[in-house]
Amino acid sequence: MSQFLEQLASLRAGGPAWLQAVHDAGAAILRDAAWPTRKTESWKYTSLRPLEHINFLAERGHAINADLSQHFAIANFDAYRLVFVNGVFSANLSDLQGLPAGVELIRFADANASQQELLVKYLNSVVEADCHLFAAVNQQLIEDGVFLHVGKNIELNKPVQIVWLSSAQEKPFHIPQRFLLLAENHSSVILVEQFVSTADSQNSFTHGVTELCLQDGARCEHYRIHLEEQSAVHVGGVYASLAANSYLDSFHLGLGGPLKRVDVVINHNGPGADCQLNGVYLPQGNQQIDYHTTIEHRVPNCTTQEVFRGIVADNAKAVFNGRIHIHPQAQKTRAELSNKNLLLSDKAEVNTKPELEIYADDVQCAHGATVARMDENALHYFLMRGISRKEAEVMLSFGFINELIGQLKQEALTDYLRPVLTHWFGRETSLVDELAAAE
Amino acid sequence: MLSIRDLQVTVDDKQILKGLNLQIKAGEVHAIMGPNGSGKSTTGYALAGKPGYEVIGGEVEFLGKNLLELDAEERAREGLFLAFQYPVEIPGVSNMEFLKASVDAQREHHGLEPLDAVSFMKKARDICKVVGLDQSFLKRGVNEGFSGGEKKRNEIMQMMLLEPKLAILDETDSGLDIDALQIVANGVNALRSPERSFIVVTHYQRLLDYIVPDYVHVLAGGRIIKSGDKSLALELEEKGYGWIENEVA
Repeated sequence: MSQFLEQLASLRAGGPAWLQAVHDAGAAILRDAAWPTRKTESWKYTSLRPLEHINFLAERGHAINADLSQHFAIANFDAYRLVFVNGVFSANLSDLQGLPAGVELIRFADANASQQELLVKYLNSVVEADCHLFAAVNQQLIEDGVFLHVGKNIELNKPVQIVWLSSAQEKPFHIPQRFLLLAENHSSVILVEQFVSTADSQNSFTHGVTELCLQDGARCEHYRIHLEEQSAVHVGGVYASLAANSYLDSFHLGLGGPLKRVDVVINHNGPGADCQLNGVYLPQGNQQIDYHTTIEHRVPNCTTQEVFRGIVADNAKAVFNGRIHIHPQAQKTRAELSNKNLLLSDKAEVNTKPELEIYADDVQCAHGATVARMDENALHYFLMRGISRKEAEVMLSFGFINELIGQLKQEALTDYLRPVLTHWFGRETSLVDELAAAE
Repeated sequence: MLSIRDLQVTVDDKQILKGLNLQIKAGEVHAIMGPNGSGKSTTGYALAGKPGYEVIGGEVEFLGKNLLELDAEERAREGLFLAFQYPVEIPGVSNMEFLKASVDAQREHHGLEPLDAVSFMKKARDICKVVGLDQSFLKRGVNEGFSGGEKKRNEIMQMMLLEPKLAILDETDSGLDIDALQIVANGVNALRSPERSFIVVTHYQRLLDYIVPDYVHVLAGGRIIKSGDKSLALELEEKGYGWIENEVA
C-alpha cells in the first residue's frame, strides 16, 4: 500500500454531519484501492511521483485576508461569484446578490434540510468513485463544496463563476474542491470553474470533483479554466449526466504543472442529448498535463462533438486520451473526436490516444489525432514578410488554438484568456486586443 | 537598386539558376518571361531568401548591401517584397494581425515606433477598397478559404501596406480574370514611383498591357537569354520562345 493511501486511511474530515456518510463511502472504496503505477493503463503516461514524495495530506489550506480579486477578475463579466481561497470560502470576495427565485447557489455547509436531501441524493450520482481513485479521495476529504440548483424552466440571468484560488503556505497542503449542479428540466445555466493562484511558488494539491446533472432539456455552458501557477498540483474531474434532449457545451483550458490531470466523463443517459466538448492544453518547461475524456453513449440519438488541441513546448509532456463508448442501444449516435497537437521542440512529448468502442451498428463516428511540428512553409511566409522567427512561431502557435478560444460563446472569456495566453506565449503586448479595440 | 551578377542557385541539389545577370535601377519595371521550369519562381524565392534555395555562386547587391548575407526577414525589412504565386493559408492568425506584425517589423528595423492600431486599421481599410477586398477579409485567417483571386489581391494589399523598394510579383496574374487583373495592375501602378522598382514575373503578355514594363527579359535554362523593351513581350506572345532559344543556340 502506498504511503499516500496509508496516510489517507488515518484522516477524518469534518464538515456538516450529513457528509459523514459520504466520507465513509469514500473511505470504504479506498480501503480496497490500489495505488496506480505505470502499469495501470489510465496512468501509463502520467507519474504520481509528486504525490508520493511530498506530504500534501498533512495540512489543509488556510484563509488569507487580502484583496485577491486581481487574480481572478474577468473584465466585463457580470456573474454570481463564489470564491474559495485555499479551499476556504471567502465571503468578501464572493457576490451572490440578486439570485432569482427558483435558483439555489449555496455552500454545502449552509445547506438546509431540503437542500441536504438533494445533496445526499445527487452527490456521487454521476461520478463513479470506485472507478476514479481521486474522486474517492475527494469524497473522503471534502468538508465543503458548492451546490447550484436551477429549478424547472429557469434561465439563469447571469453566469455563475466559481473561483478556486490557491496561494503558497509554509508546508505543503491539500484543497478538496467539490461542485454539484442540478439543472432541472428545461433550465439553462452558464458556469465558469476557474482555478487560479497567487504568483507565489505553489505547494498545494487540489483534488476535485465536479458533477453536472442535466435533466430533460436542460442546457449548460461550462468553462473549466486551469491557470494555476506552474508548481501547483491538481487531479480533478468533471462528470456529467445528460438526460433526454439536454445540451452541454463544455470548454477546458489547462496550463501544465508538475502533475495536472483532468478527467472528463460525459454520460448520454437520455435520447437526443447533445454535447460539445472542446479543450486546449499548453504545458511548457518541465510541466505535464493529462486530459482523459470519456463519452458514454448509452441511449439512441445523441451527438458528441469533441475537439482538443495542445501545444507542447520545451521538455513538457502532454497526455490526451479520448474515449468514445457507444453502447449496443445507442443507435443513431453521431460522435466526432479530433485531437491535434503541435510540438514546439524536439524534446516535447505528446501521448495521444483516441479510443472508439462501438457496439451499435447504425452510428456515425469519426476520430482523428495528429502530432505535428510547426509548418515550415507558413513560417517562411512570415519570415519573408519581415517577421522574426520567434514572433512567427508565437503567432503560428497562437493561431493553432486561437480558433477554439475565438469561438467561445462568452466573449468576455475570450478577452480574458487571450492576454493570458499571449503572456504564456511570451508576447509583451496583445496585438489582437489592440486591433480589436481600434475597430 | 538591384545588381545581380552570375547568380547560381540550387534547390534540392538541382541547379536551377546557372548564371543570372540583371541590373535594375530605381523606378524601373522589369518583366521576366520564359518557359516553364526556366527558373522564374526560383529567381524570386532566391532573392527573397526562402530557406531551401541555396546560392552556390554569384553576387547580389541590393541598395548597396550584399543581399545574400541577409536573412529572409532582414531582406523584407530592407524593402524587398515577394508576392507569392501560391500564398500560404494560415488558419487562426488573422490577416490584420499578420499585416500589422509585418508592418511593425519593418518599422522597428528602421527605428520607428509601431504604427498605432487606429492608423493601421484606417490604412488597411483604405487599401482593401483599392484591391477590391471586403473589410471582413482583415478579420479572417490569413488566406484561409480565400479564392485564388482573393489570395492574389491579398498579396497586393500586403505590398501596398509595406510599400517596398523592390517588389517581385511571381505570376501574380495567373488564375485571375480580367477584372482581378486590372485590380492587381492598379495596385502596382499606384505604387510606381521613381524610387521604387518592380520585377514582374509572368507567362502572359496580357498583364504587361496594364503594367507597362521598361524592360522585358527572357529567362531560359537558368539565365537571361534575351532582353528588350515591351515590344519583346508582344513578339513572344506571337512566336513563343522557340525562336529565341534557337537564336541563342
